[in-house]
Amino acid sequence: MRRNPTLRMLGVLLLLSLPLLLAGCSSALLDPKGQVGEEQRTLILTSMALMQIVVVPVIVMTLLFAWRYRRSNRDATYTPDWSHSTKIEAVVWFIPMVIIVFLAILTWYTSHSLDPHKPIAPTEDQEEPMEIQAVSLDWKWLFIYPEQGIATVNEVAFPEDTPVRFRVTSGSVMNAFFIPRLGSQIYAMAGMDNDVHLVADEPGVYHGRSTNYSGAGFSEMTFDAHVGSQQEFEAWVEQVRESSKSLTFPEEYYALAAPSEDNEIQYFSEVSPSLYESIIKSFLAGGNHEERMSEFADRYAAGFGHGAAHGDDDGHGESTGSHGESMSSEAAE
Amino acid sequence: MFGKLSLEAIPTHDPIIMTTITAIVIGGLALVAAITYFKKWGYLWSEWITSIDHKKLGIMYFLVALVMLLRGFADAIMMRSQLAMASAGAEGFLPPSHYDQIFTAHGVIMIFFVAMPMVIGLMNLVVPLQIGARDVAFPFLNNLSFWLFVAGVVLVNVSLFAGEFAKTGWLAYAPLSGLDYSPGVGVDYWIWALQISGIGTTLTGINFFVTILKMRTKGMTLFRMPIFTWTSLCANVLIIASFPILTATIALLTLDRYLGMHFFTNDFGGNMMMYVNLIWAWGHPEVYILILPAFGVFSEVISTFARKRLFGYGTMVWATVAITILSFIVWLHHFFTMGAGANVNAFFGIMTMIIAIPTGVKIFNWLFTMFRGRLEFTSPVLWTLGFIITFTLGGMTGVMLAVPAANFVLHNSLFVIAHFHNVIIGGVVFGMLAGLTFWFPKAFGFTLDEKWGKRSFWCWIIGFYMAFMPLYVLSFFGAVRRMQSYENGDWQPLMIVAWVGALIIAAGIACTVIQFIVSIRDRKKNQDVTGDPWGGRTLEWSTSSPAPFYNFAHLPEVNDIDGFWDQKQRNGGEAPLSKPPYQDIHMPKNTWEGPIIALFATAAGFALVWHIWWLVIVGGIATFATFMARVFREDVDYYVPAAEVERIEREHQQRVEMQA
Repeated sequence: MRRNPTLRMLGVLLLLSLPLLLAGCSSALLDPKGQVGEEQRTLILTSMALMQIVVVPVIVMTLLFAWRYRRSNRDATYTPDWSHSTKIEAVVWFIPMVIIVFLAILTWYTSHSLDPHKPIAPTEDQEEPMEIQAVSLDWKWLFIYPEQGIATVNEVAFPEDTPVRFRVTSGSVMNAFFIPRLGSQIYAMAGMDNDVHLVADEPGVYHGRSTNYSGAGFSEMTFDAHVGSQQEFEAWVEQVRESSKSLTFPEEYYALAAPSEDNEIQYFSEVSPSLYESIIKSFLAGGNHEERMSEFADRYAAGFGHGAAHGDDDGHGESTGSHGESMSSEAAE
Repeated sequence: MFGKLSLEAIPTHDPIIMTTITAIVIGGLALVAAITYFKKWGYLWSEWITSIDHKKLGIMYFLVALVMLLRGFADAIMMRSQLAMASAGAEGFLPPSHYDQIFTAHGVIMIFFVAMPMVIGLMNLVVPLQIGARDVAFPFLNNLSFWLFVAGVVLVNVSLFAGEFAKTGWLAYAPLSGLDYSPGVGVDYWIWALQISGIGTTLTGINFFVTILKMRTKGMTLFRMPIFTWTSLCANVLIIASFPILTATIALLTLDRYLGMHFFTNDFGGNMMMYVNLIWAWGHPEVYILILPAFGVFSEVISTFARKRLFGYGTMVWATVAITILSFIVWLHHFFTMGAGANVNAFFGIMTMIIAIPTGVKIFNWLFTMFRGRLEFTSPVLWTLGFIITFTLGGMTGVMLAVPAANFVLHNSLFVIAHFHNVIIGGVVFGMLAGLTFWFPKAFGFTLDEKWGKRSFWCWIIGFYMAFMPLYVLSFFGAVRRMQSYENGDWQPLMIVAWVGALIIAAGIACTVIQFIVSIRDRKKNQDVTGDPWGGRTLEWSTSSPAPFYNFAHLPEVNDIDGFWDQKQRNGGEAPLSKPPYQDIHMPKNTWEGPIIALFATAAGFALVWHIWWLVIVGGIATFATFMARVFREDVDYYVPAAEVERIEREHQQRVEMQA
């Protein structure tokens, strides 16, 4: 028994320092690329540091008291009936309370400043944030650009330093939209119009995914977020516009909505106006999501078994891989 | 005739499941054969199955929980193995359809069929003894509760053989759990296993609430109750207040699935966030139902082995009560990312943090109980020390998750997984294993082997840190929960470390099994003759080990918080023995109705899963009829003659004298 507490203490300290040792620059949350993520990193580290005021003494006291007042140590004071001390009880209530008061103030402040619905202060030359609509489907992400009139699957792009308002809904079960390097996630729910405001400070390709389990294809429900200069973004939009595919509501949308796993990137140069709103409305009173799903998605599902899981017959392979690469290589420059 | 059920429901295509089924069938047959060979059916029926003795029910709860721990842990090992393999495009050995069932089953089993029965089992064993009662308030209901719980266990395990289990995650979030997205029988197994065992839990809550309030012995005011009883009382208040929410929520989901209603569907006015709100309105109190009794165990253990009164008894009680109340106003912290407004999020975040205050106070109280005590490093004490450190870290990550703005990046990530295992393993599991070791002699009359107990502790604590610290780290890289595979190959080394951690925990479980075998072998050597092996402080140690079925020959009287300690002090340090004259003792009779009701309920539940409507009707009517038979039975009690009590007491006293 002699050395065990010390050893364990060492182990605990080692394990505690592990995140710091490993985190470095490859950690998405500790090396964020956007204002929201940066503030959240600071918040996480601050709250963790604040709590060390209690955590460290507790660990030290546990080991110290256990060792000092072990049965065999006859030198230690023994007071079998001592069970109350107003002073100690006041202190043990007071210290956690003070920390929680600080944390509560921090919580109140950051809940408002980092409210996902709150627009990020726009840059000088831009008044309104850019809007991108994200729809979670089984099991892929559909991104709609209402201003540009285009849509994509599993790839999203936007210029750096531009606040973006992601409007998020679901065409299926609940999911959550999350780009770890940029910060806040938000639930995607059918029939509901949710939103999250994000901004990227640096060009790059950032991994995004659904974080809320949604069924068989959940693991691969990922997408890439390409962030580059305004010109790069415009070039990307042009590439999407070159695609021969369109996304009409309801026919083509419901064909896309049919369940498919491990989806490749797709571009749509033409999109039904107010597609996003139509998707939300399909679940509300007078909507007929069910019927249309069985009408249009079944037609699609017939071909599903023959390996057509990634889209229709038009050769999207050519439009996906190459464009995806070109955007990222531009971004890297 | 058989509804949706056909031979195709048996998953013959899956070698892992088929091997498991074969092993269970062979094991089961061997058990049945052994019982028959040794002619033990009658003994089992009259001494255990129909028993209303709270101590025996407690033992049976624990036994089933330990068996289910093996099943739940097998799931855990499979998940960790899958994630250690399925990196950078590799598919691993579990396809999503199987992996998704496993993580669902793991969560459901560990919470409902391991942690809950351990907590309820320990309450059964200890609470009536601690308050100086001869049984619980409603002995028949207690038996029924246990068997309804077993019905749930049976349904969950049958899902392995016939059909499938839910692929929805342990809380079966709608609309994924709705008919549109989960047309199979998996969610139906989940529904009926939880509904039937949930009724049992609610009955237990009522039973123990009444028992603790009405059946305390002379002199035991509320503020002289042992802390474990206090925490049990609060846990039972939580059960009574929260389990009906679960029952109602699942009932609404059932209406959606069986009658085509739209409470939680995507369309026709259904609202999935209503489901998420309701399920967590139950779910958050649920975690306190589990942890509060564990807090009670640590309090008893630490003051007994430090040979010192618990520091700050009053604060401990009020801290427990505060946690009980606060646990009902924090549920929204499970889904800050729903997108509620900043004020709502901030309110629930701050409420959650406030819970850290009474919890922190409790931790300091345990520390100051050790302070100026004489701490003996028995295995229950090791579990307690391990708990204090581990739980403090888990509490810290919990508060981090409670900050809404931080939660927006930590939610649904492995951080959440690491956090709740941090508090459930470090809190509930350590607490229950400490409680098991501590009260084992009271149940069986001999102590557990210390060497293997300590080995188990070291395996668990090292394994825990190895298995879950990497998950905290991975969460910062963007790893989320419930992934069956991941693209980023950089995560694999840490996933392998976590897998090794899980194997070390497996070694810890093996140590516990060996501990039982070794202890049974050495039971003569480790016999607890006096009934007070640890120098106990509360009433359960004043009676013999194992406690006689009537618990106390004379109902004890207490004048202090540590009633038995006080009795010993007044008696010159010796435990006072019971003296004649004895009186006849009024006791409840065994009941056959409990297990039979549960049997019919299981049949009805199975029939509901598979839409075998005739069996639903037959099972339902039979359940109700058996219950009525019990209601109108008048022959439910008897008197133990004073002479019999005297004989049993004298035997115990002779053993004590012989040892002295």
